[in-house]
Amino acid sequence: MSSPVSTDVAQRVRTLPAHARSPLGRFLAAATTPGGAVFVLAFALLVATVIANPNFGDPGVLIRFLGRTAPIAIAAIGQYYVIVAGEFDLSMGAVIAAQVVIAGNYIGDDTGRNVTGLLLMLALGAGIGLLNGVLTTLLRVPSFIVTLAMMLALLGLVRYLSGGAADAPPNDDFRQIGRGVVEDVPIVEVIPYPLIVLVVLAAAAVWLMRRPFGRTLLAVGDNPAAARTSGARVWWVTTRAFVLSSLAATVSGILLVGYAGVHPTVGEGYEFAAITAVVLGGVVLGGGRGWVLSAVAGAFALELLFTLLTVLEVASTWRDTVQGLIIIVAVAFAARAWTVGRRPSTTAAPPDSPGRTSGPSSTTEPTEGPTTGGI
Amino acid sequence: MSTRTGGRLHGLTSTGIVGLVLLGAVILGTVLTAIEGRNFFSTGNLRDILTAMSILGFIAIGQTLVVLGGSLDLSVPFVASLTGVVSGGIMAGDTGNVLPGVLAGLGVAAAVGLVNGFVVSVLKVHGFIASLGTGLMISGYLATNYQGNHGSAPSSFRMIGISFIGPLPVSTLIMLGCAAGAVLLLRRTRLGHHLYAVGGDAEVARLSGIRTTIPLLAAHVLCSVLAGCAGLLLLARLSVGNPNVGSQGQYDLMSIAAVVLGGTLLAGGKGNVTGTIAGVAIFAVMDNVMAVMQVDPFLRNVVRGVVIVAAVAVYARREIDRRPARFERPGVLDSALEEAR
Repeated sequence: MSSPVSTDVAQRVRTLPAHARSPLGRFLAAATTPGGAVFVLAFALLVATVIANPNFGDPGVLIRFLGRTAPIAIAAIGQYYVIVAGEFDLSMGAVIAAQVVIAGNYIGDDTGRNVTGLLLMLALGAGIGLLNGVLTTLLRVPSFIVTLAMMLALLGLVRYLSGGAADAPPNDDFRQIGRGVVEDVPIVEVIPYPLIVLVVLAAAAVWLMRRPFGRTLLAVGDNPAAARTSGARVWWVTTRAFVLSSLAATVSGILLVGYAGVHPTVGEGYEFAAITAVVLGGVVLGGGRGWVLSAVAGAFALELLFTLLTVLEVASTWRDTVQGLIIIVAVAFAARAWTVGRRPSTTAAPPDSPGRTSGPSSTTEPTEGPTTGGI
Repeated sequence: MSTRTGGRLHGLTSTGIVGLVLLGAVILGTVLTAIEGRNFFSTGNLRDILTAMSILGFIAIGQTLVVLGGSLDLSVPFVASLTGVVSGGIMAGDTGNVLPGVLAGLGVAAAVGLVNGFVVSVLKVHGFIASLGTGLMISGYLATNYQGNHGSAPSSFRMIGISFIGPLPVSTLIMLGCAAGAVLLLRRTRLGHHLYAVGGDAEVARLSGIRTTIPLLAAHVLCSVLAGCAGLLLLARLSVGNPNVGSQGQYDLMSIAAVVLGGTLLAGGKGNVTGTIAGVAIFAVMDNVMAVMQVDPFLRNVVRGVVIVAAVAVYARREIDRRPARFERPGVLDSALEEAR
């Protein structure tokens, strides 16, 4: 009985789609999936920007750009967890606003409060995420509504407490997290702290998505009923995704304090920007599909697009229009590519499944079939 | 006895619950308004509430259609603004230009809806992204071409916003007329039934022989046209076309909140327009009471947020748990059949 299994495996290796054979072929195939195409898009935009403005190609300028983009990329990582679980987090911008205002009011000039302030902000972020998650999973209110209400409530509270006016920024030590740099680095001159934070968080995200938590999260996003039946604690996995999302927004807020002032409108529109970045990265709304680094690349692609528009001296008011056009085109392309990408696996399925009667596999069946059954 | 009352509670439709929530809001509002020494049911106050309902009402009716079809429309505030500036520009304060202005505005709105519907149903882009994208595109166009107010509405057109029939504002009556039309569309026409089917499960609908693109396309066009109506009403109220009026009102998110508050499933396929109107009324009553109590405008959003989640939580649980009626309450006929066996 064991021999058919081994030939089965051998056969599956043999009948792998053609693009899966060589490393180069695999790379090219990966670049045509939505998750891979965003890297190509980001690279193309980078090249275009450098051609339009050769200064931008300078490593020092480039690395500062990467540092500037870190907050939105971190927000995209947070949003990724939630979207891949099939939910939305619209409260992100409000969380950023709340954290920025807390940094301004609680920490202020007092350097002694830096650490407690940081811990307080992270605890508050986790608490908001927990509340979002529990309301979504246990009370079964759609996450769109929960996080929308959270956004309204938080923004209202923040504006009520701050009077809607700008506050003095916190002390410079605290702001160093967002604006500080590692000096005297060869080639790139400096490495901004936000970029380091981003790299650490992105690496952690990749690691986390390979852990049981990440696998379960994808399964829950793909099919919650199936995940529940296979024994996953769906509510807890989803709740943790919300906690991670709010924590990411908190980190974004901490970084943004570094170079934006303290104002309740900081973080405005971050939720939609993060969702746009994630979707641009080929992550499917509805959950279960997508790579976290593609979401990060989506954030960079978006910011590069804005930079390019600025360099080309397009009126800043057209930014929205171009952004809208790009996301529709990108997602329409992705919707095609996911279906096209899935097709080979069904039509070129291992011929040892005689049930299939689709065109291509029926031609291979007579030759391959007896081999499988005979041995 | 207990099972019977339990059954009765269970038999309550989500629209019934929304009605109860609305009743609760009205009672609470009456009490709170009375504490402030005012009469909730005074003609002036009722007029205020009904007038406040009209704009969000138009948009929420359209949003209900789109949500029932399993999509979303986030472009409504920008469509409302766009209609306002386009119509205002054409009217330019001249009564003779009212009809062309209205037609042009609604035509532009319908075109946007057509694009939304095409992107959603033919290109298979999620409604959230498609309408976010078109909304951004319109917002960029508005910001580039219209700085500040544009055009003006003639006084004959402004009458729509300020005239009353008895105690009822004309604008609200038109809105309720549209709601009645939407109810008829959903209950009595093939298009309406197909919309429910597509929203419930597009693939099953397709396998059942429904052209899935047409209902969704129609829902998006109707939604944009209704958002255009809201834009025209805003034009009548403000007497100028303001390119930011829609986004300032947060009509995109508030209309979706009203739809969900009205018992429509965000995933589509279940819900109705009556509930949505009740949801809009809940918002209007809430805002009115808070205005009477002079609650801080920022705190009002906090209250709104809490009420939305609390109200939706009341029935979100059972809405999903519930199985089709035939499995839970054996009717007389069923028991007779049982005995016959």
